[in-house]
Amino acid sequence: MKIYLKIWRQTDAGTPGKLVDYELDNVIPHMSFLEMMDTLNEQLILSGDRPVEFDHDCREGICGQCGMMINGRAHGPVQHLTTCQLHMREFKDGDTIYIEPFRGAAFPVKRDLRVDRSAFDRIIQAGGFVSVNTGQAPEANGIPITHEQAESAFDSAACIGCGACVATCKNSSAALFTSAKIAHLVKLPQGKMESEKRVLSMVAQMDLEDFGHCTNTEACEVECPQSISVLNIARMNWEYTLSKVLKK
Amino acid sequence: MELNAKIPPGPLKDKWSFYKDHARLVNPANRKKLDVIVVGTGLSGSAAAASLGEMGYNVKSFCFQDSARRAHSVAAQGGVNAMKNYKNDGDSVYRMFYDTIKGGDFRSREANVYRLAECSAQLIDQAVAQGVPFGREYGGYLNNRSFGGVQVSRTFYARGQTGQQLLLGSYQALMRQVAAKTVTLYTRHEMLDLVIVDGKARGVIVRNLDTGEIERHSAHTVILATGGFGKIYYLSTLAMGCNASAIWRAHKKGAFMACPSWTQVHPTSLPQSGSYQSKLTLMSESLRNDGRIWVPLHSPENRKPNDIPEEERDYYLERRYPAFGNLAPRDISSRAAKERIDAGFGVGPQLNAVYLDFSKAIKEQGQGKIQEKYGNLFDMYRKITDIDAYQEPMMISPAAHFSMGGLWVDYELMTTIPGLFALGEANFADHGANRLGANSLLQACVDGYFIAPYTISNYLAGEIKTPRLSTDDQAFVAAEVQVRAQLGKLLEINGTKTADQYHKILGKLLYDYCGLSRSSAGLTKAIAEIKKLRADFYKNLKVPGSEDEMNGELEKAGRIADYLEIAELMCQDALTREESCGAHFREEYQTPEGEALRNDEKYCFVSAWQYQGEDQEEILVPEPLHFENVELTVRSYK
Repeated sequence: MKIYLKIWRQTDAGTPGKLVDYELDNVIPHMSFLEMMDTLNEQLILSGDRPVEFDHDCREGICGQCGMMINGRAHGPVQHLTTCQLHMREFKDGDTIYIEPFRGAAFPVKRDLRVDRSAFDRIIQAGGFVSVNTGQAPEANGIPITHEQAESAFDSAACIGCGACVATCKNSSAALFTSAKIAHLVKLPQGKMESEKRVLSMVAQMDLEDFGHCTNTEACEVECPQSISVLNIARMNWEYTLSKVLKK
Repeated sequence: MELNAKIPPGPLKDKWSFYKDHARLVNPANRKKLDVIVVGTGLSGSAAAASLGEMGYNVKSFCFQDSARRAHSVAAQGGVNAMKNYKNDGDSVYRMFYDTIKGGDFRSREANVYRLAECSAQLIDQAVAQGVPFGREYGGYLNNRSFGGVQVSRTFYARGQTGQQLLLGSYQALMRQVAAKTVTLYTRHEMLDLVIVDGKARGVIVRNLDTGEIERHSAHTVILATGGFGKIYYLSTLAMGCNASAIWRAHKKGAFMACPSWTQVHPTSLPQSGSYQSKLTLMSESLRNDGRIWVPLHSPENRKPNDIPEEERDYYLERRYPAFGNLAPRDISSRAAKERIDAGFGVGPQLNAVYLDFSKAIKEQGQGKIQEKYGNLFDMYRKITDIDAYQEPMMISPAAHFSMGGLWVDYELMTTIPGLFALGEANFADHGANRLGANSLLQACVDGYFIAPYTISNYLAGEIKTPRLSTDDQAFVAAEVQVRAQLGKLLEINGTKTADQYHKILGKLLYDYCGLSRSSAGLTKAIAEIKKLRADFYKNLKVPGSEDEMNGELEKAGRIADYLEIAELMCQDALTREESCGAHFREEYQTPEGEALRNDEKYCFVSAWQYQGEDQEEILVPEPLHFENVELTVRSYK
């Protein structure tokens, strides 16, 4: 296949970027999208150009490090997939593909397609944990948790922190990310104890970063590689309200 | 130099208690005066950094990823072993110890392995308390599955994302300490050298990967938790950034490297489909609980798998190893697959795979049950291959996976450099010549949560009077000069080949000559080829850009420069071990049935290697292994 690429190139956060045209011959449908990018980079290096910087690591959809806007969609045209799991068989010979960094004021561009997602870490630091020190834990079977409860907590905990929810949201809201952690922990007896403080503190941190508000468009759920449900956002809002009321 | 593993006295089951009872402690008031550097934020690194932070030490934590949560522990799928005996199937600490030591083909230390089994139960408690959503039965109690190489069910799991959930637990514990200001986090920082002062590890030189800035950090102790280096084979189940640079540079500063050639080749990975391929995706070994592995009985075979009748299929694991069948340990399963593929019975477009078939399990248990157990794995398989594995068998193939080898450590997990510790996959300790499935998450966690807090304190108790070290110290200056020189050297070559091109050639050399099967002739040839490749690398490498900016190619080139050195030591290590054990299969040493032939008389030792300088042959320092509690038997899974 021959593929035409329009890729966002930007030297650093302070320098304006632009879309640059590239052409790539001999793209094989079995290639992953990132392997196509590798092939382009090899070509760029050998022709004396700078390769495109992009984030990636595990290349099996679990580390959450990869992510780009592909033809305007976070992680590309297939739902519930990370960029590394996208394959070139989803494109046709002669296609033009637009590749841009994840969008969002809270995700400043570092270089080319790499963005700074450290705001997510700071949200977790604000309370996305159970306050248990090493050594304090009681016997694991001491507190039974129903199968359904554990499975439901897992569904929320499965978030990989890639940021596609933010990138795809027209408000750049981090509600799905933040709520998934809040819901994961509140669904388990171990995490329930601190839920009141946690939700207030994590939401406050989310507001401090440059994320927008959630207006319930549900676009995030569509792009989420782990299919994290927007019901988590409803749960966060419920817990938030509850905490505000309980606090009084 | 003679190696002292510092094994505590007393009976096996009391050694760890004895150690804990006698380890020195640091007064809480003194802890904040002591600085600890932890490199790596996978399970062992984040667990250690969080635990030491909780204790009140002043911790600096480094990772090369853009968040601590992305370390490759995240990708472990199947589960974590622990001796809880919840299934009432006869499990015990001794049995778990025995399974692990036998699984490792009797090439690990009894005391270390026993401690691993002993601390395992506590890990499950810790993880559950952190909110790890392990699989549960309908009554609300924790569930288990069985895993390769054992006959009890002791594997705890969170669907097929156990590593992710455990890592999120330790990552969250780490973030809690970052918020509490006991830990300072440096993401996108890569360690490029170790700084030694007065014979002790006192700091690191790191490069900020976003800005290219070189930084110096000093401490009273340095912990390397940098994971494995299976990525040296290029095509592997590891993340693209996994590397050996931190441990290799520590090795060049005096830390011995143990059994570097012992790499686990995982039997159930997706096969290679073309030369552009950048990695091989693992499909959890837990699939072998319900999947049956086979190849066609005849070759060539052009029919689709579902059209091949039962009697024309060769379930070779069930045939060769009836007692364990599809659950034979990884080294044995991988070798058996390679044997069939090499004999011309491989399947798939490249004839490089075997079938993993779920039709019997689906017929017996229903698709719903299989979906519940492995749903995300089947989804992943479909995403990558576009094949529905509920309808036709998966195609799998062996792939480089886990480094049993690593920095030599004693019972305290300290390397041969005082004050330098190595945890998790970065060390050689518990797995011997072959790691059992679901033991790697366990080892990483146990090292980080339960061992490091005792042994690091024991070391730091002797450092209370050591003042903080200025990074203007001559040792830091010299290390930085060296690091800058190496970066400059890579950039100056300005040749015609990319770093990846070298990595691919190196990977193929290692697969061919230092992979699933090895021979004296092959290894000798590989050593010569690697030397040539290394010379070519420093003549023809091309790295664009400069060192004082973000430069992904420069990062890659630095890692591959190290790989080109470590690869030679791997071959040297494999060449000098004239026996077959675990993952190390020497063609010259096998039984008439093609099983590994160990030589306990001559090779019952750990090969620790001491660096001698650029282009000098390393010196082998054996650490003899003493078995007092188990009998060395031929490892049979028949």
